[in-house]
Amino acid sequence: MFVLVLVPFVIEAVGVFWPAIQGVMLSVLNWNGIAPAKAVGLGNYVSLASDPIFITALKNTAIWIVLFGGLSFVGGLGIALLFQSERRGVGIYRTALFLPIVFSLVVTALIWDTFFQPTGILNGLLNAVGLHSWTHEWLADPSTALYAIIVAALWREIGYVMVLFIAGLKALDPAIAEAAKMDGCTRWQQFRYITFPQLRSVNLVILSVLVIDSLRSFDIVWAMTAGGPFNSTQLLSTYMYSTAFQGRQLGYASAIAVVIFVLALGVIITYLVRALSEEKES
Amino acid sequence: MTASHIPVAATRPWGRVRRGQSRKRVFGTVGFHLSSSVISLLWFAPILLVVVTSFRSFNDIALNGISSLPHSFTFATYAQAWKLGGLAQALTNSMIVTIPTVLLSLFLAAAAAFGLSRYRIPFRRTILLIMLAGNLLPVQTILIPIARITQDLNIFDTLGALVAVQTAFGLGFYTFVLYGFMRSIPTELQDAASIDGASPVRIFLQIVLPLTRPALSALGALSFTWIFNDLLWSITLIQTSSKLPTTAAVLSLQGEYVSSWSVIAAGTVIAAIPSAIVFFIFQKSFVGGLALGSVK
Repeated sequence: MFVLVLVPFVIEAVGVFWPAIQGVMLSVLNWNGIAPAKAVGLGNYVSLASDPIFITALKNTAIWIVLFGGLSFVGGLGIALLFQSERRGVGIYRTALFLPIVFSLVVTALIWDTFFQPTGILNGLLNAVGLHSWTHEWLADPSTALYAIIVAALWREIGYVMVLFIAGLKALDPAIAEAAKMDGCTRWQQFRYITFPQLRSVNLVILSVLVIDSLRSFDIVWAMTAGGPFNSTQLLSTYMYSTAFQGRQLGYASAIAVVIFVLALGVIITYLVRALSEEKES
Repeated sequence: MTASHIPVAATRPWGRVRRGQSRKRVFGTVGFHLSSSVISLLWFAPILLVVVTSFRSFNDIALNGISSLPHSFTFATYAQAWKLGGLAQALTNSMIVTIPTVLLSLFLAAAAAFGLSRYRIPFRRTILLIMLAGNLLPVQTILIPIARITQDLNIFDTLGALVAVQTAFGLGFYTFVLYGFMRSIPTELQDAASIDGASPVRIFLQIVLPLTRPALSALGALSFTWIFNDLLWSITLIQTSSKLPTTAAVLSLQGEYVSSWSVIAAGTVIAAIPSAIVFFIFQKSFVGGLALGSVK
């Protein structure tokens, strides 16, 4: 029965861990994939520090984590509180909210592409209510493109976070909330002092999922703007990809990948520690 | 708990409170349904928009803009996306990748989870966490090395490479979830079987695996949509456009049919259908599965 564990473990080791180690080793090379590689030590990382596109990508990734992560968290929690109790019709509402999860991010991107086009629905609506001056080429303007993409990404993520929160809320002991109600707590007090503190560990997991998802985000940006216009929507993930597979700077791109990994590391560890403690309890 | 309710309730003038409360409840219910329907419609509107757009003719959109009410109705957009856009081929490619990957990775993960949860394998907790950690790794970290390895193995630009990579990458998470599930299966059946001389492999295949069905179907539905929806691996490992799976093919459709919004919309709808079907068939376990790994 050792084989039963060994085979999958070796497959993952060869398919994931070995490449990950290689990725770190590539990051100290100057290499285009064809000519012999040259070792440059930490040179790639030094160059990154003064690369304006990398700095933009880093900033955008931070904005992405805060806005995409934060609003998914707040929106998902709010809607979960609204849809948590089993009452008539709630199933339909929940389905409408998490239906987008089944679509790929590319499908999501294409759906919202039509929405944000110059002759698209958003501008159409703005014109219809007389706000002509607000109309915009949302995805072609460097000052709005990133936020337009975040709106699209939120549409898909909020339903997912809602599912996680509903599961978390269902696991709470209803007797505590009932007791608080009997003692005359208002709804807000109940949420602030009873429900939310009890969700602590759920919150932690959801936040780590959101940060990992943010750092992985690639498809939706790639499909809507590919990092443009003028790198205004460049995330670390998209910059890494275009550097590697369009710019053929494999060593430099590997260094960006290592940065993404380091940023994710703290969250991964938090998640694993929780997984471990849960595993011990059961 | 019920005992503690009684004194509080008894001190209240029941009749008046109840009437006030029932009116409040009606308002509450109306308010709930009103706000919920608005939110739900808001969420559903973009989907509806794309479906409507997909049936409009090129001239209609060119003339009136995407935001106008439709002035035409045609299926030609679907024919175009399906044949000229190559989505027929792309959907076949997607199935060739997705179905074997789901079956293979779930089977391997179930085997690992069985061994780890039912036998005293040394360092099993460490093994489990290492496997889970692999799945949490940002994909970008292994993108370039995997592209190189597949070139060295001469499987670059083949659908087989996608199956291999996605199987390896998904294993950790599936193992973790299945491990949790298998631990909750009582050991008596297994003990009885092993006293009767059944081998571990037989116990796994004939006793534990059938009992794991609910978790397997949840993970199966989830992983189907994940693998079907993948973009990054497809555009990294596949070069020939006729070999691209659906998600990547729809994206290149956007490049070919610039500003043919109705054809792109038709392609989008076609690409969304397979995962939507899986979702509606497995809805219950799908939603349960989403919550599985993260909130137990």
